[in-house]
Amino acid sequence: MSIEIEHINKRYGHFTAVDDVSLSLPEGQLTALLGPSGSGKTTLLRIIAGLEFPDSGRIRFHGEDATDVHVSRRGVGFVFQHYALFKHMTVFDNVAYGLTVKPRRLRPGKAEIRTRVMRLLELVQLDWTANRLPSQLSGGQRQRIALARALAVEPKVLLLDEPFGALDAKVRAELRRWLRRLHDEIHLTSVFVTHDQEEALEVSDRIVVMNQGRVEQEGTPEEVYDHPANPFVFSFLGQVNLFHARVQDGQARIGDLALPTSTPEDQPQGHGLAYVRPHDIEILPDGSAQGALAAVIEGITVVGPTARLELKVAGGKDLIHAELPKSRLRSLGLSRGSDTWVRPLNSRVFMDNGARAS
Amino acid sequence: MTLALRQPSVIPGFGITLGFTLFYLGLILLIPIGAFLLYTAQMSWADFWQAVSHRQVVASYKLSFGASLIAALLNLVFGAIVAWVLVRYRFFGKRVIDALVDLPFAMPTAVAGIALVTLYASTGWVGQYLEILGLRVAYTQLGVVVALTYIGLPFVVRTVQPVLEDLDRELEEASAILGANRLTTLRRVILPALLPALLTGFALAFARALGEYGSVIFIAGNLPFRTEITPLLIVAKAEQYDYPGAAAIGTVMLLAAFVLLLLINALQWWTARYTRR
Repeated sequence: MSIEIEHINKRYGHFTAVDDVSLSLPEGQLTALLGPSGSGKTTLLRIIAGLEFPDSGRIRFHGEDATDVHVSRRGVGFVFQHYALFKHMTVFDNVAYGLTVKPRRLRPGKAEIRTRVMRLLELVQLDWTANRLPSQLSGGQRQRIALARALAVEPKVLLLDEPFGALDAKVRAELRRWLRRLHDEIHLTSVFVTHDQEEALEVSDRIVVMNQGRVEQEGTPEEVYDHPANPFVFSFLGQVNLFHARVQDGQARIGDLALPTSTPEDQPQGHGLAYVRPHDIEILPDGSAQGALAAVIEGITVVGPTARLELKVAGGKDLIHAELPKSRLRSLGLSRGSDTWVRPLNSRVFMDNGARAS
Repeated sequence: MTLALRQPSVIPGFGITLGFTLFYLGLILLIPIGAFLLYTAQMSWADFWQAVSHRQVVASYKLSFGASLIAALLNLVFGAIVAWVLVRYRFFGKRVIDALVDLPFAMPTAVAGIALVTLYASTGWVGQYLEILGLRVAYTQLGVVVALTYIGLPFVVRTVQPVLEDLDRELEEASAILGANRLTTLRRVILPALLPALLTGFALAFARALGEYGSVIFIAGNLPFRTEITPLLIVAKAEQYDYPGAAAIGTVMLLAAFVLLLLINALQWWTARYTRR
């Protein structure tokens, strides 16, 4: 079941939570709504679910207008960040809830409910917890039960609001891989909200990057990561270094280094900013390579197999960050205070529109 | 092997706080109760039985326990509704109403009793209209229930209110998304969560009603066998210097109330079992 979102607006007083958002979420895909807090991603998800009402705009499920359909009849599954399990019910009763509250003529028989609940508990690999109370389970287990509960009513779409937000790092990584596999099995149109770019990149088929109530970019994780549409998307998807550059003839120049840009060649010369990811900064032993910039190492942090360097480029004001394998750091024989040379391998140049003249 | 009274803990002061608690409870609670049980113990069994099983006394037990139970049940239902309104809705004058709820705590009970009887007497503001409907409140058992309901109101409201405030809105949203209507959500999600607090409020209102004296005696009319509550009989006996008789009836009240409260506490403990870990 595809979801079409048409010109949705939502304001709270003077605050615009969702600002004219239109999206089409294709059937059977797992879409991530990614953005910082206050970007409107959760509000949008709640509007899709029917928990909030848009000021204007329509929501369609597979072409059918669902905007005015009550939440209890919209046929969505929803997973909350803090699980929202019914504490006084056993795991079994929690999962069975959606089936037992159906009107009598639609309600499956007791045996049927039992089979379906146990099948779902097996699907989330927690069938042995059926008779426990939610308080006896760990956070990761509770979230899987919440997911089983949401799936019990056979929803047309599955919506997850920061589903891993309350879990610790290791459980979170396990659970998101597990969610990905589960999605590959059941192919339910799913939308999940996250502020964690790594999570979005790892789990989803599509990413919608949101900021200040608007969609900044949408596309596959690769498209969004490799071809960010604007500086916000670039910096939100990972750490980034900024280089001031002169843009001329379709090239950005930093010293005698020339970087390619997407600006047409006939664009007037101007000031631009080159965005470079830490792992796209090459550390060179000497200044012989064309375009190398002299730099001093201000700090080194080794995280597992990766070394992170903080460098100060000669004449530059800001620190730049570079990442390289620990072994490469060793072979270069670098330490704090060493003089070295850096060169951006890959960059994305955006024109600096006014404001910051340097 | 020594019996471990305390677990090793980084929170200091177990010894001194427990000691103080026992001392304080002893001073405030146990010594007066003990003294009065001792007083009762001086009576012969026959005297005791005669004092507590007199027909007039038995009639007063029925009224006291019956009216207290009805009043506590009324407060359970309407107190829960008041708490719901105060927590869930925003309206003009909410803070005033919130403060009003505590008035039965603060007002001298005799004042409340006189106010109630003035209102409900057959010539009073409310009483004259109820009279047309054939309802008499002042000087009837109904009047006793009205007075006991009045003094018990804050207990249910004040115990349910904080629990309702803490109740996660997401639980109701989850229930709605799973297809439940409002009534089902109330019955299967909200009420079970409030049950322990409701029971506590009920127990407090019931206990308070059992011991109430001041407000009831004005509105009850105190007709023997009809509208005499047990605390009134105790005071009456004490005024006639029949201290053993008063103590005997008091003992019966005390034991009955204790057993009932114990039962309610057990019920409450059982309903709250899922919140413990």
